[in-house]
Amino acid sequence: MTEGEIPIKVQRFDPTADKLPYWQTFNVKLKPGMTVLDALFEVLNHQDGTLGFRFCCRAGVCGSCAMVIGGKTRLACETQMSQFMGKGDLMISPLPHQKVVKDLAVDYTHFFDRIKKVKPYLVGKEPYPEKEFIQLPKERTPINEPIDCILCGSCTSACTMAWTNSDYLGPAALMKSYRFLVDTRDSIPEQRMDIVESESGVWRCHTQFNCVEVCPKKLNPTEAIQRMKIKAVKRKLFGKRALKK
Amino acid sequence: MHYHKILVIGGGLAGLRAAIECAPKADTAIISQVHPVRSHSGAAQGGVNAPLANNPEAKDDTWEKHAFDTIKGSDYLADQDSVEYMTKEAGPCIYEIEHWGCPFSRTDEGKIAQRPFGGAGYPRTCFAADKTGMFMLHTLWEVSVKMNIPLYEDRVMVDLVLDGDTCRGVICLNLRTGELEPFMAEAVIIASGGSGQIYGRSTNALISTGSAQSTCFRRGVPLKDMEFVQFHPTSLFGTNILMTEGARGEGGYLVNSLGERFMSKYASKAMELAPRDIVSRSIQTEINEGRGIDGKDFVHLDLRHLGREKILERLPGIRDLAINFVDVDPIEKPVPIQPGQHYSMGGIDTDVHGATKFKGLYAAGECGCVSVHGANRLGGNSLLDTVVFGKMSGRAAAEHVLGKAKLKEGEGAMNKCLREAKAKIDSLLARSGTENHADIRAEMKETMIKKVGIYRDKAPMEEALQKIRELKERYQRITVQNKGKSYNVDLFRAFELEGMLDVAEAIVVGALNREESRGAHSRLDFKERDDAKFLRHTIATYTAKGIEISYSPVKITKYKPEARRY
Repeated sequence: MTEGEIPIKVQRFDPTADKLPYWQTFNVKLKPGMTVLDALFEVLNHQDGTLGFRFCCRAGVCGSCAMVIGGKTRLACETQMSQFMGKGDLMISPLPHQKVVKDLAVDYTHFFDRIKKVKPYLVGKEPYPEKEFIQLPKERTPINEPIDCILCGSCTSACTMAWTNSDYLGPAALMKSYRFLVDTRDSIPEQRMDIVESESGVWRCHTQFNCVEVCPKKLNPTEAIQRMKIKAVKRKLFGKRALKK
Repeated sequence: MHYHKILVIGGGLAGLRAAIECAPKADTAIISQVHPVRSHSGAAQGGVNAPLANNPEAKDDTWEKHAFDTIKGSDYLADQDSVEYMTKEAGPCIYEIEHWGCPFSRTDEGKIAQRPFGGAGYPRTCFAADKTGMFMLHTLWEVSVKMNIPLYEDRVMVDLVLDGDTCRGVICLNLRTGELEPFMAEAVIIASGGSGQIYGRSTNALISTGSAQSTCFRRGVPLKDMEFVQFHPTSLFGTNILMTEGARGEGGYLVNSLGERFMSKYASKAMELAPRDIVSRSIQTEINEGRGIDGKDFVHLDLRHLGREKILERLPGIRDLAINFVDVDPIEKPVPIQPGQHYSMGGIDTDVHGATKFKGLYAAGECGCVSVHGANRLGGNSLLDTVVFGKMSGRAAAEHVLGKAKLKEGEGAMNKCLREAKAKIDSLLARSGTENHADIRAEMKETMIKKVGIYRDKAPMEEALQKIRELKERYQRITVQNKGKSYNVDLFRAFELEGMLDVAEAIVVGALNREESRGAHSRLDFKERDDAKFLRHTIATYTAKGIEISYSPVKITKYKPEARRY
């Protein structure tokens, strides 16, 4: 169906004014190609100017608009509204287990704090070459997937292990760690493994695969975490040479 | 009051690169409306130009050839000394960001891979699949984390503090608390990105409203060459999401309703890889003459002959976008595309150091104008601009600060500006007129794309000017429905609209005054380039009486203006 109205039921909460979150329903007239983000703007512009939500690229690359839409975590900007026609209220709520700034906009401070804990930057091998580091296409293959992470926070907010332990680095930070661990240009695998093997690291992952299920970029943080568990075991068994790239 | 020696406004590529340069020399902080990795730089796809000569077909590429292509592409409006600086610095800047971890795609020998791009004599566009901007952005943010550069996010800059001829800082609206915050500094680098959202059919992010740029404009900082607006040839029909030039660089065709590769009529040698102004005009002409697909406003970008493997390896991002937004898999079907507003060649008037006419005020990236892009930017040169001139402005700002004898002057100016900003925000919140600011925004966007678009003519542009002025008048009667403090989207959208209308007016006035066709500025009533009268930069200055236009000379070194043929 491509015509008619879709009732969207949005979770509202202003932490400076409301004691508890509540739901509010808006009827949005479906237009061709309308995304959930378009629908939220329709509400903001013509029904209720007090609605709060994050947005930026509207093309699925910036990671601003991850939220729970129709029971699934998705990016609002790349989710078509037409699929929800005739299916009752479309429930929209913020990323779970995150501090809400306003309505659908969450505070990413804690999320980025955990990313920062894994030394999320390349420490290149000295001496630096005059031109680029040489990295053969087959050597780049292992980073092909983890570099596609847009840091939208969907995975970490879907991880029940991260819910119950706020120190757990979580899937996004661990995949960032993996991204550098398998980069042939990086020089600190030992330090990286010390972090991922720590109390807050890979062993907290219980392979529930929630992160894989919700990733809008179809990435696989669980696999990256398990590969690091294997590295951790090998390092215990065989020492440093287990980390040779 | 917050105080840092240097404030960088914007956490995209230019802002991050500037901050990375000056942070080791002087206390630097970044202020940004969104977290840095959300910035619009991340939407850049195809690549970044540098004459590395890594591609077997580019063995004799040099910075001089890159400079020539850039200057010819600019329709000779670029300042040639600045272009030479940029192309000389291109190689070192790209090696530097590779050393920092940017995951470029690789040649078989493991060097940075390079692909052909429009208007370039050699394949010199360094790429990382079709997500180059995102990878560069994440890399620079990672470096900023390593360096512990303080970040103030969820802040919208609402005023620039000028004290005579000196910049003292900025006033920001904290979106989390709803409070205004004064930030004092010895130098401010504006790196706030473009203003594409002034136009309908824009490829730009929704936050690319030119808000900080227009705030500077209103305080008397001149804007240069604003009439030069780039239309990207290939944006998705319907949403105008970018389909990278890399798609044509990898060999994609443009096809009309008759099944013709129509570029043969307009640029027989370069074909689909002519510069963007030429390709966009060609597509628009095909559409205007009834050869759009099914008679509609789009033509086809056909990638099918590239084959599945190449599309998956080199263009996976745009494949996903085409599937998600128009339900077309480019492996199987041609993609419907139309030109869309993409980039502002113009911006805050700066010299090659990013310095403005105000002491301590710098600008870099799309919000600024050195000028290296002139009347038409080449694809792959915007990412280069951000890193080269981000670095340069950071260095210049640090030198300025280190050379200052007296610090923390200008508290009076800060307080005065804070009071004025508060009065302005309070008056916005108090307004309860009958106008909806979202409707005014929509009408502005429609007016700009219809009347100040790819092809321009005096009468429609005069109508546009009248319309923009009418919208400014109606803006006085808007309502901001949301009076709350927490993440008040309604308020900041209303605030930024006022600046968008100012910048829109600067674009139209500049375009009306420039009675010639040059690069992206293509007038039906003045079809030729007129070097005698208009080989010069337009300078727009905001005054109490309205926008004043003056001109400044173009720096020519060794490339004499000639006719552009491709």
